[in-house]
Amino acid sequence: MSSYLLDTLKARFTDAVLATHAFRGDETAVIRKEALAEAAAFLKKELGFDFLMDLTAADYLPREPRFELVCHFYSSAHNYRLRLKCPVPADDAAVDSLTPLWAGANWFEREVYDMFGIKFNGHPDLRRILMYDGFEGHPLRKDYPLKKRQPRLPHKD
Amino acid sequence: MGLETALGHSFLTTRLDAAVNWGRKYSFFQYPFVTACCGMEYMSTFASVYDISRFGAEYPRFSPRQADVLFVVGTVNEKLAPVLKRVYDQMCEPKWVVSFGVCATSGGFYDNYATVQGIDKIIPVDIYIPGCPPRPEAVLDALIKLQQKVAKESVLDRKYR
Repeated sequence: MSSYLLDTLKARFTDAVLATHAFRGDETAVIRKEALAEAAAFLKKELGFDFLMDLTAADYLPREPRFELVCHFYSSAHNYRLRLKCPVPADDAAVDSLTPLWAGANWFEREVYDMFGIKFNGHPDLRRILMYDGFEGHPLRKDYPLKKRQPRLPHKD
Repeated sequence: MGLETALGHSFLTTRLDAAVNWGRKYSFFQYPFVTACCGMEYMSTFASVYDISRFGAEYPRFSPRQADVLFVVGTVNEKLAPVLKRVYDQMCEPKWVVSFGVCATSGGFYDNYATVQGIDKIIPVDIYIPGCPPRPEAVLDALIKLQQKVAKESVLDRKYR
């Protein structure tokens, strides 16, 4: 079944769109990470996606590319939803920031950086947001030890 | 009956510990350190149906300097641990700590990188209340048990715990 959104995106970003699929009306495009910021700007300015609902990531260790960035967009004018996914390799875990487009991306990206260690180029203030200063590593990475603790105060017993 | 008989009924004799502990155990000012859903049960215990003031624990004080009992109500994570320790340190002696619910007691099912596996890793605890969350009856039971514990203490104890 053809989809207006996915077809438009594929026509505009022929080389960058790696795959598309739709499940019960949930449309997803997998896109190269180099094209993410441009595609997001296209969605916002041309297709009316005015709301970045969510931006998160997943770790598919030992798959390569290891990470996947997931962005959910919504258009309040058209009641469209669209999901963009970007494979992100471990040795180059950096993506262009979406904060210039949606201010709401700021904390989402800080959270992804905190939990997965993916960096965002052009982010105005890329610090940890959930874990504390001095925390080492990124706890939602699959290779973060399950029982590892990093107490800020010495624990008794 | 001793001095009362000799000197009339205008006064009575008792032990200092008994008199002081009687005052302490029926006037707990609590500091509710509420971080999670257990707070709902704490509020329920506090409100009119269960009415914790029947046991003299009427006032929650939102300054640790005015509180006797620290209620740690909910999950405490590593990021929050120094705050909890600081609140405890700010309380004046004599002071007691109640660990409210399984998260405060043992971390509960949050056995992960972020959560303190029981607040007794950080501060001493007098009474643990199990439950996820505990019913108000369990909280009142814990309060009564804390009163019994206080009744056995001496004013000379607990100076430098």
